[in-house]
Amino acid sequence: MTLLLSPNTQWVLLSTLILGMAAGMIGCLAYWKRQSLMSDALSHAALPGVVIAFALYGSKNLPLMILGAAISALAGAFFIGWIRSSSRIKEDTAMGMVLSVFFGLGIMLLTIVNRSAGGNQSGLDGFIFGQAASMVRSDVYTMLALGIIVMLVVFIAFKEWKLYLFDPDFAKGLGLSGRWMNAVYTFVLVLVIVIGIQAVGVILMAALLIIPSVSARYWTNSFKWMIVLSAVLGGGAGVIGTMLSAAGKGWPTGPFIVAASSAMFAVSLLFGAEKGLVVKAVQLRMQKKQLAESWTQHAAIEEAQ
Amino acid sequence: MAILRVDGLNAAYRKNRVLNDVTFSVEPGTLTGIVGPNGAGKSTLLKVMLDLHPKLSGDVSFFGSPHGKVKTRIGYVPQRGSVDWDFPTNALDVVMMGLYGQIGWFKWPKRSDKENALASLDQMGMADYADRQISQLSGGQQQRVFLARALVQNADLYFMDEPLAGVDAATEKAIMMTLKQLKEMGKTVMVVHHDLQTVEDYFDHVLLLNRTVVAHGPTDNIFTKDNVYRAYGGALRFMKEA
Repeated sequence: MTLLLSPNTQWVLLSTLILGMAAGMIGCLAYWKRQSLMSDALSHAALPGVVIAFALYGSKNLPLMILGAAISALAGAFFIGWIRSSSRIKEDTAMGMVLSVFFGLGIMLLTIVNRSAGGNQSGLDGFIFGQAASMVRSDVYTMLALGIIVMLVVFIAFKEWKLYLFDPDFAKGLGLSGRWMNAVYTFVLVLVIVIGIQAVGVILMAALLIIPSVSARYWTNSFKWMIVLSAVLGGGAGVIGTMLSAAGKGWPTGPFIVAASSAMFAVSLLFGAEKGLVVKAVQLRMQKKQLAESWTQHAAIEEAQ
Repeated sequence: MAILRVDGLNAAYRKNRVLNDVTFSVEPGTLTGIVGPNGAGKSTLLKVMLDLHPKLSGDVSFFGSPHGKVKTRIGYVPQRGSVDWDFPTNALDVVMMGLYGQIGWFKWPKRSDKENALASLDQMGMADYADRQISQLSGGQQQRVFLARALVQNADLYFMDEPLAGVDAATEKAIMMTLKQLKEMGKTVMVVHHDLQTVEDYFDHVLLLNRTVVAHGPTDNIFTKDNVYRAYGGALRFMKEA
């Protein structure tokens, strides 16, 4: 527990909190764009960019690796769009192709870099499953700044996101360009992914985007509260997962964050106020009971007559 | 002066040409039914005019200007099935979307906007459902919400894609009353319509479409057996052969 009190750990906790919140918010956009899987494809696609940035610079430099990851993920997004529009291949297949090709390339490059001089001390492996503890103070600053930008983009254009996600054709009629909204969406999605991969890793980053938003859906019927709740759940999972992984030396952060997030999902699935299974079962039971009572009343009245 | 002018419009979906040299113009204050068989390009025509689907060639002008300059004066009611009604929002919120252009981008709605939207819902007989989840509305109620959203825009020219599809008699009546009111207010309305039985009762103008304009003009002159057969003829013959 003393580990938690060290200043560095507190900074790391703050950064995974902000990361979880930003990812939770963007996850809601992805959910209603019906593109949850896109975040998975793009986070896997970020790996080659991270490794290439490292190889070119020669040592670990977070801003540069973030830039590499962003370029690589955007290239992935471009290929998915291009495959879909220029061939008969559907989007899910295109995402599967890009995900595996980019990730395979990333692992290949990673192996080469790790074998070369200096590579094995790089901590590049941490980018696969996430190693929040390896972050230094300046990394945390970068993450905080970018995370806050992402949240501001959702907050400032809240009404525009709602319109664009619910009815893009109508939005266009009002003068809200679908192309622009899509570009901004892809931009913030990639931003969240690249700031998250150091803490959560490329393989599990998508979980942080997908699970909190799905969990939030079980609690509310309002888009605003879905985003707020998703941010709270995502931030909570980030903090709890980081604390758990800090309990052991060298434990990866990503899997613990996902485990925390999944536990929250399980609770939401069962007890969610709007769509939870228990709530639905109770409602059905009450309806049945009411119906049975009205029947007995009818029978009593008929008998009396 | 014509409020809408369409000249030599061509459009396609991948390999298939859907619109072929479509040319017509619409006078202000008219209520036009766009009628034709399935696959005649009715919805596509609306989408191409509103820049929602690319055109191959041709010109479209509203109030003498291209679409981009007069967007705010044009209202569009898409097909009900074109959106996901499971989206977490309520009826009032959907109607408010019609005001987003007037509120201004990145600004938050004011109280007066909310009242405006409520009045529009009330006009469609939906005031009691303002806070209702849109997923819990019936098909007819959803259609009324869409119409309320268009009304609140206060546009001069409206395009509606099958607003009467799959709604009950009460909703159909409410919607037609609203369309007639719009017309009396001097607005121009174009409606994609499927039911040949009601064309004469509902619309003062008809655009018979089957990939190209078969006939267009006042309902009394244009909606003749002969013209309808010409618009649907290909389909009818096909059915006989099959």
